[in-house]
Amino acid sequence: MIALLLRDLRLSVRAGGGFGLGLAFFLIVVVLVPFGVGPDRVILTPIAPGILWVAALLAALLSLDRIFALDFEDGSLPLLATAPIPLEGVALSKAVSHWITTGLPLTCVAPLLGFFLNMAPGAYVWLLASLALGAPALSMIGTFGAALTVGLRRGGLLLSLLVLPLYIPTLMFGAEAVRRGADGSGVTAPLMLVGVITLGCFALLPFATAAALRINLR
Amino acid sequence: MLQVTDLRCARGGVPVLERVSFALNPGEALILRGPNGVGKTTLLRTMAGLQPPLSGSVDYPEGSGAYASHADGIKSALTVTENLTFWAQIHDRSVPETAYAAFDLHDLRDRLAGTLSAGQKRRLGLARLAVIGRSVLFLDEPTVSLDNFSVRMFADWMRDAHLGQGGCAVIATHIDLGLDVPALDLTPYIAAADADGGADAAFL
Repeated sequence: MIALLLRDLRLSVRAGGGFGLGLAFFLIVVVLVPFGVGPDRVILTPIAPGILWVAALLAALLSLDRIFALDFEDGSLPLLATAPIPLEGVALSKAVSHWITTGLPLTCVAPLLGFFLNMAPGAYVWLLASLALGAPALSMIGTFGAALTVGLRRGGLLLSLLVLPLYIPTLMFGAEAVRRGADGSGVTAPLMLVGVITLGCFALLPFATAAALRINLR
Repeated sequence: MLQVTDLRCARGGVPVLERVSFALNPGEALILRGPNGVGKTTLLRTMAGLQPPLSGSVDYPEGSGAYASHADGIKSALTVTENLTFWAQIHDRSVPETAYAAFDLHDLRDRLAGTLSAGQKRRLGLARLAVIGRSVLFLDEPTVSLDNFSVRMFADWMRDAHLGQGGCAVIATHIDLGLDVPALDLTPYIAAADADGGADAAFL
């Protein structure tokens, strides 16, 4: 499993690997917002948490269809399926590598971008915390969606339609935690809910992902 | 070592083969023959466990089977050595030096797999079989795009390093590998057209 994770990370930084693609997209979307709604801080400050979370979600979505598609195209996937590593382990490893290449960099630069949107000073730490807790769930849910659509032509489009509704709970509670952090009210409840969603995803979705892969490999 | 009993398998919901039975002892191999579409790939995938049989059974020691298809599972952004090392690690092994020698990959070790020719890629794909240490191989057209010299190289490896060490193999191929092993023509096993159980017969 470690070998698979290291291979995927190595592939992502090689030519055509797409490392940083999601990050660049995130940067551009967030920078575009002040151009769109105007630089007025009265408008920007209250919408900053929501904008950052929606942009992070779309950036994570961008690289999802590559999770299994590349291994499917070059024939690695059936070979992995007959290897000693269980498909559940493959699913988990793929989700972790997606998080390391997409979710983790997004989490790290999000506070910096909060500055662009004139986010309330109290919200920065909670933005970091909510993304750190929630971004792994985005990767795991996305991996499940990628397994469902692997092998389909234009599967990426269908993948977005499948996955985005599943992102709603994480988005709602994640953005709510940041908003409450900005107000100075209690953030415990939404943060815990984000954490619960993430833990639930990692407990259940590797099995669902493996089942979807088995069906698609037939 | 490999026991196939009364196997019936389907492709895309349509039964293609039935009543397939054979057994292989360690050191034995079987060549699958038959026209295109007869079900060689389906049979191999079923035996490798990638799809369930409609009925019948396939028995070999747990965790000893390996499958190799038309696609080699090679990452073009990784070097030859990195590709082989990955597959070895997945199987908890290291890459033996003999794997490079057996498939003439010594001079290509540090080349990116994306820059290899089709035949060289194929040799790399076959070298994977030498590093994963599986004893029951299911090979689908292993010699596609190989020149005569490489085909002999593959046959030598198969005879000496694999079958000679007590492994066994089922190989679908159209050419003469130069291996002294029996062949099984699948034509007599084509499933009857009205065979049920595959497609959604009730809806048709």
